[in-house]
Order: sequence, then structure tokens, then C-alpha cells
Amino acid sequence: MSGRYEKTFGRLKGREGRPRGAFIPFVTLGDPNHEESGAILETLVEAGADALELGIPFSDPVADGPVIQTASNRALDAGATPASCMALVKRTRAAHPDIPIGLLVYANLVVSRGLDAFYGMAAEAGVDSVLVADVPVMSSRPFVDAALRAGVAPVFIVPPNADEQKLRQVAALSKGYTYYLGRNGVTGAEREMDEFGADAASRIALLKEAGSPPVVVGFGISKPEHVRAAIRAGADGAIAGSATVKIIAEHLGDPRSCREALRRFVTEMSKAS
Amino acid sequence: MLVNLGAFGEYGGMFVPEILAPTLLDLERAFEDARNDASFTAELDGLLHDYAGRETPLYRCLNIGKASGVAIYLKREDLLHGGAHKTNQALGQALLAKRMGKTRLIAETGAGQHGVAVAMAGALLKLKTRVYMGSKDIARQAPNVFRMRLMGAEVTPVDTGSCSLKDAINEALRDWAESADTTHYLLGTAAGPHPFPTIVREFQRVIGREAKRQILEAEGRLPDTVFACVGGGSNAIGIFADFIDEPVRLVGVEPAGHGLHTEKHGATLEKGRPGILHGSYSYVLQDDNGQIKESHSLSAGLDYPGVGAQHSHLRDTGRASYVGITDDEAVEAFCLLSREEGIIPALESAHALAQAMKEIKEAAKGSIFLINLSGRGDKDLDQVMSYLKNRKGLRPNGGQL
Repeated sequence: MSGRYEKTFGRLKGREGRPRGAFIPFVTLGDPNHEESGAILETLVEAGADALELGIPFSDPVADGPVIQTASNRALDAGATPASCMALVKRTRAAHPDIPIGLLVYANLVVSRGLDAFYGMAAEAGVDSVLVADVPVMSSRPFVDAALRAGVAPVFIVPPNADEQKLRQVAALSKGYTYYLGRNGVTGAEREMDEFGADAASRIALLKEAGSPPVVVGFGISKPEHVRAAIRAGADGAIAGSATVKIIAEHLGDPRSCREALRRFVTEMSKAS
Repeated sequence: MLVNLGAFGEYGGMFVPEILAPTLLDLERAFEDARNDASFTAELDGLLHDYAGRETPLYRCLNIGKASGVAIYLKREDLLHGGAHKTNQALGQALLAKRMGKTRLIAETGAGQHGVAVAMAGALLKLKTRVYMGSKDIARQAPNVFRMRLMGAEVTPVDTGSCSLKDAINEALRDWAESADTTHYLLGTAAGPHPFPTIVREFQRVIGREAKRQILEAEGRLPDTVFACVGGGSNAIGIFADFIDEPVRLVGVEPAGHGLHTEKHGATLEKGRPGILHGSYSYVLQDDNGQIKESHSLSAGLDYPGVGAQHSHLRDTGRASYVGITDDEAVEAFCLLSREEGIIPALESAHALAQAMKEIKEAAKGSIFLINLSGRGDKDLDQVMSYLKNRKGLRPNGGQL
């Protein structure tokens, strides 16, 4: 595997005087269209994103709330395909050789192309990790095998209802990072993450004790205080998806102010990490 | 092998967000436990008998088939309380939900028949009920929407994607990802993640079990062919289940919409390829990149780009054959059964009848056809009226319609 996550989290942790966590924005590839999406990725990196989490649009995103559903539709309507999305990744990778890039996809996009072909294409584009939103640990074997064969890190989700056994399974299977859900349900900024108290902290500690890669919190992360709460609970970073995508949705037709608003958001969220 | 849980050959499985995995495993355990509990089956059988009116008759058509010497039997699920076979498993799953301590039901519905069945079960067992329904289906099935609301269910329109059954399932899954502690998702068809295809088949198996006994009583032998329409495939798997190990031809009839040569159909098993939709690996209508295509059928209950995993297995092994019937052919069969037997079938069931009518011409004298008349057609009257108005070429019933 690429080792980019390890290096990035290590660098952030090892910063002299002030260790920090990672802020990872999520956007849907090809949203609102191919060219603008490429420019948005550039903006996110320039503004200080520590890693990128990128969705390939799917027609039936059952794990996503309205904001990301709409983004997927915008991208698909603009002609996005898995291949065109990989081309965007490739371009970003060429410009930024060290930033970790994770993909978030739905199982049928992987299965339709063939598991080895899909992960091979991802690796070739410079992707570091792949999270398949609708493949839980217990159905994951063929996906994990194919990912590892291609040198791509398989990422798994820890939901709030995970028992100790699930925590340990995810800790063992997840590579690159582990995606810790800030709350139940689907993606969306309308409902904020749960209060991150002692309970979350002890679960994150258990994950790490069980050998998990860095733990990143996502779902319901839209404000700097959410990022701070995640880091305080022992997480290594936070992902903001719907909150980032919402900025794109609010600036359709005005790419310049869209990128400006994204820049401000990423800067502010990064500061909190 | 992609599938390690709830496998039907290479199909099936449990492909859902991680948060739903424990919920589905709990459901699997609760179902296994319930089906081995005599008090559970007695309670369900009691409701099916006293409340829903089982067993349903097996009726030999007096007029259709007479000239050709083929005996056409209709399994009258249209006479079941609620007007369709959906009641069988809505009651089963609602009892299961109560047993699991859930206080709320959610469901998706296409034609509205499953939604009506869940609304009934919710009213009866005092479970708060919400039904997700595509806005396109709400428009074409207004009477069923009113029925659901009348029985106290909340009907939530779904405006995403094709605004149809597929999108209603997406929305129900999203609700469940947040509400599973208190809520049972009463999935209405034989598709979906494990354990749904098995649960739905077992609760619908009563159709075939009764029909088999009834036809043996009436004819002293098994039927030559069993016909059933297939959207997600619940009524078909219900009537097939007890015939799978018998020397009986099984024919599943998919909606060919405007024709299999067009893009406007819902013939998943004939025109799709294996993929993952709504939690299971099965045939799916999809494009080259794996994006799910929108299906089309005049019949809302068959308008679905996926299909139950067991049907995919029956298709690949050749144990069942799957064919398409167009909107036109279904409407003609709808009119035929009304005219010849005084029975107005659901448009869904009319697909199965239409296929039987095609095959009757080549059938040997003395053949026995068994058709699952899965629902009644009152809900489809508006739809058929406007269809006939716009299709001047179709002149059923001597052109008087």
C-alpha cells in the first residue's frame, strides 16, 4: 500500500509543539461538472485539506442523505462515469504526489466492472483507499482481497451500534484509516454528530488498542466545534461531506465564489483539527 | 464467490451499510426462532384464517380455456383481505416485529398493495406505520394511497430518482439506518438483503402449499405449468416454492412494457445482468458502468429494475423460465378475464394470465395451467381507462370500452 495515510497522520501528530488531527473534506467527483470538479479538488488541497475523500456518483446512494444524493445526480447528469472520475483523481494525484486520496463508492460500481478491474483502475489513478458504503464487514472478504491485491487500502466503518467484536473486526480489517460514524443514519449536515463523551473516547481507545489505523470521524460534521470534539475524543481526524458539498450546491453557476467559500470552510475546519 | 450469507446459488447476500448489518442478523435470528415456535405459527395461521380469509379458493375458469381443452386454474389471492397476496407476509412480518419488541413499521410500496397490507397490519397490531411511495406511483394509485391513510398509516412521497418503487426502497433503507432500534422495515418483496428473500418466501409459501393440495384434490395430479408475474418476485416465489421439487414447469412473467426491444420495460431477468441493488446480488437493469436503470411498466407493482435473488438462481439453473408480456398484452388479458369470467385482475396478475393465454395455443388437450391471480384490479381501473383512451389500436371487449 501507498503509505500516504501513515505518513500524513504521522507528520500531523509529530508536529513540534502542536500535534493536530487531519481535516478531510468529501466531495462527489464530477460535481457540478467535470472541469469545475477538477478545480474544486485543487482548491481543497490548496486551502489545506490534509487528505481527500471522494465519491464516485451512483444512481442509488442508500447511505446518503439529500445533499449528497443531489450532488450525485448533478454529476451523473453532467456525464460523470467511473472512468471520468478516475481521470480527475489522476490529475489531482499528479499535482499532489503526497496527499492521501480515499474513494467512497457503492458496491455495484465495483461489481459491475469486476472487483480486480475496479481496484486496479483505482490504484492506477493514484487512489490510496476505498470504502464501499454498502459492503459491511461480514460480506467484505472478496472486496478486501481484491483491494489488497491491487495495493489499495480497504476502509471500514464503525457505527455507533458496534459491539466489541465489531470494533475488533474493523480494527483488524481496515487499512489506511478507520471511518468512525459520528452518529447513526445517513450522511447529512442537518443532524449534528452525537455528543462525543467518555463513551466515544473509550471506543476509539479500544479500536486503537486492537490495532486500528488512525480513526477518522464522519457523519454530522459541519462546524469547527465538531472537529474539535472528535479530536478531543481521541480521533485522528474528521471528515465533512454534506457540509462541503452544500457549499457547491449553494454556488451553482458561480464557480469563483464557490471556490472562495470552499477555501474559507476548509481553512476554518483545518484550524479546529 | 461474492455471496457468503443467504445464498441462492451465487446470488443473494447482505450488502448494506455497516449500521444495518446487526439489525439484519437480529432479524434472521428472530425469524428462525419464530418459525420454530408453535405459538407464533398458530397466531399467524389464526390471523390468516379469521382476519384475512385464508384459505383462498382455487377456481377453475368456466369459460377461458374451454375451447382448447386446457384447464385454467386461478389461485384466488385477489380474494384475500386487502386484495392481494401481500397480506400473507405483511401479517407474518408485523407479528415478527412485535415479537422483536419494535413499535414502528416502515415499508415501501409500488402499486400500493404492499403499503395497504402493511397499513392493515399496523392498524391491527397497533404499530405506528409509515409507507414510502414514489410520487409517480402516488399519482397512478390514488385509491390505495387513500386506503393506507384511512387505516392510519402515514404515506411519505419519494421524489428522488425515478420516483417509483426503487426509490421508495432507498428511502425506507435510509430511514431504517437511523431508526432500527424501534423500527422494523417490512420489506414487501422477495428482493433485498438476507434474510428478506427467505422470510418473504416462507410467509408467501402458503400460496403454493394450498394450491398444490387443492389441485391434487380437484384433478388428482399436479399442474403442467405454474404461471406468476414477477416484479420483485414475492407472489411468484410463494406459488413456486412447493413446486420447485416437482415435475412442474414454472414460468415467471416480467413486464415487457413497450417491448423488450425498447428501453421501456422492467424485464430484469431477461435484459439485466447480475449486480448489487438494495442489498443483494441478483439480476439488475443497469448500464455499462453499473448505474441502475429506470424500469417501466404500466403496472406499478412490476415496475422495478431488480428481482429476488432466488429467481436469479432459478433462471440460471433453468428450473424456471422467465418471459415478458407487454403493457398492451397485459391490458388485453385484464379485459379478457373481466369479460369472460367476471373477475377483474390486478394489472400485475394480468401479465401471468396473458402468458398462459399465449401458451394455451400450443398446449396439449387436457393440460392443466395454474395461474397465481395475485391481486384484484379495482386499483387499476383509472389507469386502464386512460390507457385504452390513448391506445386506439387496442379494441378489447368488442371495442365498447
